[in-house]
Amino acid sequence: MKIAIPADDRSMDTVVCPSFGRSPYYLIYDSKVNEPIFIENKAAGSQGGAGIQAAQILVDQKVQAVLTPRCGKNAADVLKAAGIKLYKSRKVSLKENLEACIAGQLELLEDIHPGYHKHGGR
Amino acid sequence: MKVAVLSGKGGSGKTLASVNLAAAAGKATYVDCDVEEPNGHLFFKPVVQDVQNVTVKIPQIQHSLCDGCRKCVEFCKFNALAYIGEKVMVFDEVCHACGGCTLVCPQNAIIEIERNIGQIQDGVAGDVRVLTGILNPGEAAGVPVIRKLLKIYDDSPVTFIDCPPGSACSVMESIQDADYCLLVAEPTIFGLHNVKMVHQLVTLFGKPHGMILNKCLEGENPSEIYANNEQIPVLGKIPFDPRLGDINARGKIAVYEDHEMNQLFTDILSRVQEVVMDEAAFNPQR
Repeated sequence: MKIAIPADDRSMDTVVCPSFGRSPYYLIYDSKVNEPIFIENKAAGSQGGAGIQAAQILVDQKVQAVLTPRCGKNAADVLKAAGIKLYKSRKVSLKENLEACIAGQLELLEDIHPGYHKHGGR
Repeated sequence: MKVAVLSGKGGSGKTLASVNLAAAAGKATYVDCDVEEPNGHLFFKPVVQDVQNVTVKIPQIQHSLCDGCRKCVEFCKFNALAYIGEKVMVFDEVCHACGGCTLVCPQNAIIEIERNIGQIQDGVAGDVRVLTGILNPGEAAGVPVIRKLLKIYDDSPVTFIDCPPGSACSVMESIQDADYCLLVAEPTIFGLHNVKMVHQLVTLFGKPHGMILNKCLEGENPSEIYANNEQIPVLGKIPFDPRLGDINARGKIAVYEDHEMNQLFTDILSRVQEVVMDEAAFNPQR
């Protein structure tokens, strides 16, 4: 399984970035390779629609699950259209979140917020 | 004569100034370009005579023609498009209706459809014609509403354009055809900071301009010092007066309620008219 987590820094010990769309990096973990990589989020500085573009990046990375504390409506629509599962991350390190996810301990993210820029979630 | 009223900072008194100046003028048009939260109508309470819808053109993908090249997704600076599961997804509310995606599509797979984003209300309150632009909540850009609003035929001797706050696209659109720009300034550092920004803007647009000092108190007024240093004519001073606050809070128009306020705005109006006439005489090309 390929998993993505928004990350403030390129380190497994850092905590999950609270913003999905404007996170500076994403941790991409592929269980087949078992070697975490960090990619830059090109959408982080977007004027608008950062969540949409960020979700597109993860879709193109062919991830199957995203771990995030929260997610906006537009980004969630993109991820769901691609069949990506959203899990609610915990306030612990990336490493611990990843382990929890693999162990099947994380819950699905249910509360999708309408976005902070009044563009989504009618 | 078209006078745009702007301030940079919200809550400086743009609506207070433009509503009262229009009321003082008698026969006038008041145009509310603050389309995200138009409130001039709360004071005029106009009888609405005509309502027009405002639409923009947004993309619709003809999926059978799309070959998935993603040129449209890469082109969109607003990230209103995504390519998911071999299909382009369109986020209507993020789209700024620039039409670029239809132009870059090599397959001509994108057509444009109309989408309603707001409306214009055309009404009267006594001798004042009240034009109000209303942007639907959640929409990204009010410029199309303002553009349509200012294209409406208007034969009033004097028109006051109540601009949105800030100094970005929607303000530029609002002042484009103005003969004169009135900057409403607060006696605060924050207010002055934003007034400086709109001052730069009206200078860039080559608009003749003057300043109204609002909420004037005893003591130093940073906006007044700035106006003096920059040689911006100060056309009037509105006192920080609880009576005015009270009249406003009750949704009344000060010019109709209070003799002193009537005099104050009538004076400002005649000064504006003088300056605009001088401008017309010296710069007839405007």
